Amino acid sequence: MSLSNTHRTIDAIWRIESAKLIAGLTRIVQDVGLAEDLAHDALVIALEKWPHAGIPDNPGAWLMTTAKRRAIDLLRRTKIRDQKYVEIAKNTDLYTVEDVDQVLDGEIGDDLLRLIFMTCHPVLSQEARVALTLRLLCGLTAEEISRSFLVAESTIAQRIVRAKRTLNEKNIPFEVPLGEELNDRLSTVLEVIYLMFNEGYSATSGEHWIRPLLCQEALRLGRVLAQIASNEPEVHGLVALMEIQFSRFKTRVNSKGEPVLLMDQNRAQWDQLLIRRGLAALERSRKLGRSLGPYSLQAAISACHTQAPTPEETDWPRIAALYEALSIVMPSPIVELNRAVAISMAFGPDIGIQIVNELNADPSLKKYHLLPSVRGDLLVKLGRYDEARTEFKLAASLTQNEREQTLLLNRAMECGEGTST
Amino acid sequence: MRFMMIVKATTDSEAGVLPSQEQFDAMQKYNEELVKAGVLLAADGLMSSSNGIRISYPKAGGKPKIMDGPFTEAKEMIAGYTLIEVKSREEAIEWALRMPDPHGFGQGEIELRQVFEVEELTNNAELLAKETVLRKQVKEQKQA
Repeated sequence: MSLSNTHRTIDAIWRIESAKLIAGLTRIVQDVGLAEDLAHDALVIALEKWPHAGIPDNPGAWLMTTAKRRAIDLLRRTKIRDQKYVEIAKNTDLYTVEDVDQVLDGEIGDDLLRLIFMTCHPVLSQEARVALTLRLLCGLTAEEISRSFLVAESTIAQRIVRAKRTLNEKNIPFEVPLGEELNDRLSTVLEVIYLMFNEGYSATSGEHWIRPLLCQEALRLGRVLAQIASNEPEVHGLVALMEIQFSRFKTRVNSKGEPVLLMDQNRAQWDQLLIRRGLAALERSRKLGRSLGPYSLQAAISACHTQAPTPEETDWPRIAALYEALSIVMPSPIVELNRAVAISMAFGPDIGIQIVNELNADPSLKKYHLLPSVRGDLLVKLGRYDEARTEFKLAASLTQNEREQTLLLNRAMECGEGTST
Repeated sequence: MRFMMIVKATTDSEAGVLPSQEQFDAMQKYNEELVKAGVLLAADGLMSSSNGIRISYPKAGGKPKIMDGPFTEAKEMIAGYTLIEVKSREEAIEWALRMPDPHGFGQGEIELRQVFEVEELTNNAELLAKETVLRKQVKEQKQA
């Protein structure tokens, strides 16, 4: 095997093992930054040794053993200086290298779960949570993260460094929260994953409509979480939502790279495998027997679309009812807007537009381009083209996404010039 | 990107011999690892070719010819597949190498194939347009 081939193989092994490695090490050293450094040290040693000695049979265990030896050395050296590590050293079996397989297999799910609760901890800003999760749990480089979010690499690197420091300074424990706290903290975790997904699925700015890497990472993380937190209905709900949305990934843009609306997409190209996975995840959420939370409800709405063979066969009354349920568990003007769309599809645009008109007064939606866009759409259906044109133009001026802007301006043009007959 | 790990059929799998408990457990453990890593999309084992059929088109534009199983040449057939979603070809190879020997009698063979997708291209409108044109041409050629 050539050197560059070996390096690529090591990259792949790193991608498979890094999150488990960092999670296991964090449990030992109780410091996520230090754990990451130790894991990296092990990687560097692997990069030196493996090209000559060959890749070991169980590379994950090899990396873990190597990193643990480094941890022990480090703790021995620093234990006099740092009280915190003395405590850690006392409370772990660090001085006897324990069975590595056990670390890798036995508790690894728990460790991963603890790690994700740490990287999504509320002491961190939303941006920091996302960056740190992508770094530590998905193994993305600062460069990959920065490209996905269209910010400078140094910004991301700094964000990650600061986040790790904050976790350390505030002594955030490496644990899965219990009782009441669990629900709040879990929803923070799910929020981070869904934010990643959405950032990739509908980029809010820039040329590219879709940044697939983020979607795939979010989906993968969701699938992992569904394994390690399988009793949580909303975890399955989120996975269902992402699987179903991602099933339309290929049909969301046309050959010119322009966005294609859900109703205009070629349903034959929707990914049936992901749809099936999504529906199965939704079923798992339902089977846990608690009332459906926001993600499960959104997934159920999304499922309605996948179950309609043609747009005309969409069960709009059911979708409207699901939005109604959603507006109770997650009240938001955006949910209301979607409910208005569903209601107008189910019962006519004249009823839908009444809800939309009420939303026009909501200050939080003043800059939300979809409000005038939806309003324009309903006005077209009501034959009020002049008003519709104004709405589409307003919507176009409010979005940062160039492709969406083009789409909206085209719709404005389709309303003609002042002839509403 | 998606990859399919195709497990080839063997004389045993064709004879309907089920895998040993040991092999079964190893495969189970491996599948669990795939699930835990969030990369498994689908996995299935196939029954032997004895209840399968083969449809062939010996003449262009002619009628299909149907042949009942079982078929000979086990190595040309598949006994199962595992579909994974990974970030790189190397990652797929790494996972494929970790799959336990599916048969354990010297006949085990796994083939790794990448699934055709436009995904890698969707970031580039120009490439995407080319791809669509290409697909259309292929379709037209097939029809012609």
